[in-house]
Formats: sequence, structure tokens, C-alpha cells
Amino acid sequence: MAKVLLFGPLRDIAGWREKDVRANTVAELKAALTAEDAALGAALNGKGVQVAIDQRIMRNDTGLRANAEVAFLPPMSGG
Amino acid sequence: MTIALQDTPFDPGVLLAFFSRGRTETGAIVTFTGIARADGGKSEVLELEAYPGFTEGEIRRIAEEARVRFSLHDLMVIHRVGKIKPGAPIVFVATAAGHRREAFEAADFLMDYLKSKAPFWKKEHGPAGEKWIEPTERDHADVARWDG
Repeated sequence: MAKVLLFGPLRDIAGWREKDVRANTVAELKAALTAEDAALGAALNGKGVQVAIDQRIMRNDTGLRANAEVAFLPPMSGG
Repeated sequence: MTIALQDTPFDPGVLLAFFSRGRTETGAIVTFTGIARADGGKSEVLELEAYPGFTEGEIRRIAEEARVRFSLHDLMVIHRVGKIKPGAPIVFVATAAGHRREAFEAADFLMDYLKSKAPFWKKEHGPAGEKWIEPTERDHADVARWDG
């Protein structure tokens, strides 16, 4: 089970901020979320969306430990 | 070095007094306070979202770079999150150095990073509805000045 966090516009598209999802890799996680909500799935693959696993930006799908925190970070606005 | 996010208002004067206390070798302190703008009535509330832990970590990484690059004695970054009304402070940066040039440049460097690259998501609520804000061309150009 992974804890998924959405930020910025992604949260508005999904209508939620945090959700537990059963998945062993980021690809599985995206597939599960896309099956539930195609618009969210498209947004997660949108330009400039980065993935952080346990608060570190990951460029490759390294697999998820149990209870990993997976955050989808849309392009940052700055403060 | 102090890096903090807070969802309650802050008083820049109080922060400066705290930051300045007990320094006998620091010849220069520069502070910057960013204020939420009404933008001619287009913005009634600014909403800032951060990723707690991650956002502070990213700011700390750049702050550490600034500390070394400008030989700072100390620095402070306080950033609001949540809903902010026009006129209220959003961000406070203070830099302490032996001499003024380093303190000025470090504050400028930190603000250019914070405005263009720091992990925040910003939404403007106004009479025409709500809108997510992205960095402007000018913000990108400002931060590019420090490369190379």
C-alpha cells in the first residue's frame, strides 16, 4: 500500500489530496489511478509533473516499499 | 540558519529584532519582506500550498548554497502557507554577513530562487474565480542571472 499525495492543480482535478493505493511500482500506481479517473491519469502524465518517493524526487521507477509516500508534484509556482 | 513555513501571520519587525540579537561580528543584515498584492482588485486571497518537509528541505538546500557562496554568518527564511490577504507579508528573508555587499546579494539570490523554483503551488482567488499561478518570464530571467 502506498500513500499518494497530490499537490496544486492535480488536487483540484482529482478532488482529493491524499489516498492509500495498492501498488508495487509507480507505473502500477498510475495505472490504478487512471482506471479510477482518466482525467487524473492524463494529468499525472502531464508536462513537468515530477514524482517524489518518500520526499525525494525520483526519475526512474525504482519500485515502492510498503507504506511508501508517493507525491505527484506539478510544475512549481514559487512563493 | 532558520527555515520555516507557517500558516499564521508574522511580523517582520519582530523577526528582524530576533535575528539581529547578540551579533557582534556581523557588520550587515539585509531583510526582504514580500507582501501579497491586490493586483488592482483581481486578487482577493492568495492561497499557497507547500509539501511539508519536502519544501523546507529544498529551501534549506539553496540556503546552504547561499551561505557558502556569500560567506554568510546566518540566514532566515520564513514563508507563509495557506490563505493570505492583500497587504499581509508572505515571505521574510534575512541575511547576516561581515559586510553589506554579501548580505544584499544573498538576499537577492534567495528571493530569486524562492519566487521561481521553490516547491509551492499558488492559487489566486478573485472576483473572476480561482486561478493557479506560475512563475513569470521575469521570475525565470531573474533567477538565471545567478548561473555560471
